[in-house]
Amino acid sequence: MAKGIREIKRQIKSIQNTRQITKAMEMVAAAKLRRAQEKAQASRPYADKLREVVNGIAAGSQGIKHPMMVHRPVKKTAYIVITSDAGLAGGYNANILRATMDTIKANHASKADYGLFVIGRKGRDYFRRRELPIVAEVTELPDAPAFADIKSLAYAAVRSFEDEQYDEVYIAYNKFINAITQEPTITKLLPFEQPEAKVSEGTASYEYEPSPEEVLKVLLPKYAETIIYGAMLEGKASELGSKMTAMGNATKNASKLIGELTLTYNRARQAAITQEITEIVAGANAQN
Amino acid sequence: MNTFLLEIVTPERIVFSEQVESLSVRGEEGELGILAGHVPLVTPLKVAPISVKSGNTRATLAVHGGFLEVQKDKVILLAEGAERSTDIDVERAKAARERAERRLNSQGNRDLVDHRRAELALQRAVTRINVSSHSKE
Repeated sequence: MAKGIREIKRQIKSIQNTRQITKAMEMVAAAKLRRAQEKAQASRPYADKLREVVNGIAAGSQGIKHPMMVHRPVKKTAYIVITSDAGLAGGYNANILRATMDTIKANHASKADYGLFVIGRKGRDYFRRRELPIVAEVTELPDAPAFADIKSLAYAAVRSFEDEQYDEVYIAYNKFINAITQEPTITKLLPFEQPEAKVSEGTASYEYEPSPEEVLKVLLPKYAETIIYGAMLEGKASELGSKMTAMGNATKNASKLIGELTLTYNRARQAAITQEITEIVAGANAQN
Repeated sequence: MNTFLLEIVTPERIVFSEQVESLSVRGEEGELGILAGHVPLVTPLKVAPISVKSGNTRATLAVHGGFLEVQKDKVILLAEGAERSTDIDVERAKAARERAERRLNSQGNRDLVDHRRAELALQRAVTRINVSSHSKE
């Protein structure tokens, strides 16, 4: 009996240690989440402005054709998948990878029909294990990723569309709704939909130098890269939110487990004491 | 003198947002000077220093590719990167310049994409160095 008690005690100690760690991780994730959200917010003006200008040009000058707005028959599709480097983030990676695999299975018969651009070690390892075609990868992003960190991947993805290697580019990431909810999202990045021409508002009176087509040529790839960057920032926020929730749950579970074990421990202790008393009494009685 | 609002925005943050009197940039087609009341205009920019004047102060910033949108009462400069002269790490820029030069010399024209990239890196480094030396004068 005494050994049982000691074992329970050791178990409680071990869980307490785990709880301490998960609690610390939860708090760290919470702090980083705030920063990631601020960062995502800070990137918004740039994306908004770009969209405004792109739409302005498209609205102001009809009939502009640009390679990135051309819908070609789809032979090959590219997917940009945003995952995290580290685990312990709840269902964050599993959700987005499942959603991606579902889409791929539903739309493509063979591995030659698509290519994967992967951000994050988890996603890379997952696709690599399954021997799926990874075209480019970026891992070990810092918690506050800069535009430069993913620029080469974004550039490669956009370029491969322009070169007609891929006829469509999708981007898969966890949309950040709030700290406890993230939604796996797969959206089409390229080709761009031709924005509807809005008349009035006086936005059409811009002069373009050298010409609207030339400006679009510079602008659209940038716009696409910015969207990828934005998705990545949002993915980062989702990752931290997911991590925070997962670690919060782990802490709660640990506390519950400790409670239960403490109860068992006390019961066992009491049983041992009772038994000891019974033994002493029985011994005393036997002597009389 | 009339002023207008100049905003310099990068994907990471808003670098600059102030009332200024004049702005001078290097566009795809050549140097441009912008004063208040300029005709609405959109143009891509080269990797080059820009200079901003308001009152007696003149500021120089390194702008790495992007474009300029002139609206009626404000000017927005969207760039992939923009740094004030005080934020520039000169040593790093010099190292980057050397690296880019070496790369350009070593591989010649073998790989067009790499070549282009090294060229851009060189431009960025030179721009940074120029901007920071401007501010010390």
